[in-house]
Amino acid sequence: MYAYDELDRTLINERVSEFRDQVKRRLSGELTEDEFKMLRLQNGVYLQLHAYMFRVAIPYGTLSSKQLRRLAHVARRYDRGYGHFTTRQNIQFNWIKLAELPDALSDLAEVGIHAMQTSGNNTRNVTSDQWAGVAPDEVEDPRIWSELLRQYTTLHPEFSFLPRKFKFAITASKHDRAAIKVHDIGLRLHKNAQGETGFEVLVGGGLGRTPFIGKTIKPFVAGRDLLSYVEAILRVYNQYGRRDNIYKARIKILVHELGIEKFAKEVEDEWLQMGDSVLALDDAVVEEIRSRFTYPVYEKLPHMPEELKKAAHDPHFEAWRKNSVAPHKVPGYAIVTLSLKPVGGPPGDATADQMDAIAALADKYSFSEIRVGHEQNLALPHVARRDLPALWRELDKIGVATPNVNLVSDIIACPGLDYCSLANARSIPIAQELTRRFANHDTANLIGRLHINISGCINACGHHHVGHIGILGVEKNGEEFYQITIGGRADENAEVGTLIGPAVPYGEVADVVEDIVEAYLALRARPDELFIDTVKRLGVEPFRERVYATR
Amino acid sequence: MTSPLEQKKIRIAGPSIVTANRTWDGVVIYRTAQQGWSADLSDAAIVRTSDEARALLAESVADDVGAVGAYIAPVEINGGGQIKPGNLREHIRSEGVTIDLPVPA
Amino acid sequence: MPLVKNGKISGDAFVHVADDAEIPDDGAILISSARFLDDPQRLSSRAGKTGVIWPNNRDVDDLVPYLDRLAVIGLVFPTFRDGRAYSQARLLRERHLYRGELRATGQVLRDQFVFMLRAGFDAFEVKKASDAEAFALTAKRYSVFYQPTGDGRITALHQRMQQRHSESAGQ
Repeated sequence: MYAYDELDRTLINERVSEFRDQVKRRLSGELTEDEFKMLRLQNGVYLQLHAYMFRVAIPYGTLSSKQLRRLAHVARRYDRGYGHFTTRQNIQFNWIKLAELPDALSDLAEVGIHAMQTSGNNTRNVTSDQWAGVAPDEVEDPRIWSELLRQYTTLHPEFSFLPRKFKFAITASKHDRAAIKVHDIGLRLHKNAQGETGFEVLVGGGLGRTPFIGKTIKPFVAGRDLLSYVEAILRVYNQYGRRDNIYKARIKILVHELGIEKFAKEVEDEWLQMGDSVLALDDAVVEEIRSRFTYPVYEKLPHMPEELKKAAHDPHFEAWRKNSVAPHKVPGYAIVTLSLKPVGGPPGDATADQMDAIAALADKYSFSEIRVGHEQNLALPHVARRDLPALWRELDKIGVATPNVNLVSDIIACPGLDYCSLANARSIPIAQELTRRFANHDTANLIGRLHINISGCINACGHHHVGHIGILGVEKNGEEFYQITIGGRADENAEVGTLIGPAVPYGEVADVVEDIVEAYLALRARPDELFIDTVKRLGVEPFRERVYATR
Repeated sequence: MTSPLEQKKIRIAGPSIVTANRTWDGVVIYRTAQQGWSADLSDAAIVRTSDEARALLAESVADDVGAVGAYIAPVEINGGGQIKPGNLREHIRSEGVTIDLPVPA
Repeated sequence: MPLVKNGKISGDAFVHVADDAEIPDDGAILISSARFLDDPQRLSSRAGKTGVIWPNNRDVDDLVPYLDRLAVIGLVFPTFRDGRAYSQARLLRERHLYRGELRATGQVLRDQFVFMLRAGFDAFEVKKASDAEAFALTAKRYSVFYQPTGDGRITALHQRMQQRHSESAGQ
């Protein structure tokens, strides 16, 4: 956990004061909506269908229990008692009043939470692996670098009015849980042959209207040069990114139109002109940030404690343990995923009561730390294996122990037309129906790892392009229709999914998904061949045939 | 329901209203015939031609302090003369989300 | 519209001269980049001070040869949301060491004053009188800055490093 100091807190408070003044001037008419809109977006405030939506930053998905409790307080005091965790490790509140936002922000500032740059044409939350700092296969904790980037990009005077939004993601593991290949800048932390820490830098990834997988612009940028190199990329983008058409304004379009070689050269030229930069991150500076991260004092614990041996007789506990518990880099500990995808529930939501309960469990079992994943689930990153049975009983009581993590009913969905003014169609009811169709855990386990992503419109906040099964809401003659893609993936082998056929109406989507799953079960080479690998092996055709045979 | 935020030409296909969100709290509101706003759809002024729609929208947009994001939306007038939302989007804005809220209201 | 210079509202010594108007032999003038580049030698060596309004979609490199002879460079914010002039400002100040007046023109509003100051602007053609009046107060909105620019303000990172050194020195 990064500890905010006086300086960090002062900045957040100064930001809250500024926004309070801006809201006052808006409500008095001194600022027009045209002048105010970008300012409120820069504080995470959207106008949605029913109300404003407030997006709060959870930097690289790490929260303390104190912070989670404060989020629960905001949900209760200023909203309707719940929040929604997003595909960028943030949290959204859907019913907030503009006039009360400065107070909500002030309440959050007290615990070091802010909403700076969670929207607008600026640099957004730097996301990372929700297992950062505890994953066994990690090179080093990517959150140190995420925090360096967060500070560097916060209220950057040169880059606060970019052509369009700009998103960073960092991974430090071979298995990319941060989806870096579909970000504007993706960073893969690794060590070179000399053992120096650095980054493979990818640019121009992104979803939305024109999905692109990011391209490597430089295979190794030393840690020392990370900020100066990022500055060079941002400066090229700020000056040359398109501003005539919002659908062509992301950096991915600039990279595509110039070509990666030419773009890389522009960046390199700019970077060389920067010379020995004041942005150089020497060891002392990195250590300063690293020193502000506190890590638990782990005990020396056995891998197979008595409590776990005893609990192994309980099939429900075992089903959960096998599904939701992942190995930890420290022996005797585990990473526990909390499923926010209950059968019949809206994916990714948590009530204020649940948040408080999870905070208490984090205090007791996870050194007061919680993580948020881009799959819209939470995690407790430091659980002693001997505590797993007791923890599970508690998690089950509050409804966050559905053993469906990474399975077919662990659906990622945007809020869709029920909430969002950009949407063409609803996504939540589709997700709910799918969880009901696949509620049986044995069936879900039989199917294996299968990621379904649902977006209510082409802006792709549900990341449908990179879903194993992707569902995109479109509008046809005033009715809700859905395009289905298969074969997408967001990890180190990232790929955009392929459309299987014409869009289908709302009422048929769940049937189509069942048909696709049945086709997979019939076609897979072995029980352990994953859906995504069967699609890779056979292509889309056999699935298309099956689905459209009777449609 | 293509998002009406992308409306460029104003052409209406049937009876329509102007709707927006109230600036201070985001609540859904409808333009009335008395140069005001109401949170109740039944108070909405109905326009039936593109010219009328354009005029009502212009007057609504001019109230920059009170309302945000005004646009023209279709309605249906039922047998009893009541105004009903003209598409799913407006139905959701007027009636609320189509799902159960995690915490009952 | 009011000009803010050195943190307060001041008179504007410079006159905007339109492209089709005659350029006076003396007096301080602001002309368009196209006009300037038509005859840069003559225009930058006139008796009076010369300033150029430089468009935000053109590299400042083309202006670099004349920097030491220009009294004012005006950069443009066609809307406040178009942030290209921030990059231009930093390049002029930090890379090319331009020391003359760097003026923000276009849609210049209160809530961007701090960004503009940090990027190197020192004069502002402010759209609204009320914003101009609030300039000094607005400029003090922030006391903590995360990233270095040419404005000389110490960053949070380096403040912490200094604190550490003085702490360990004091032991």
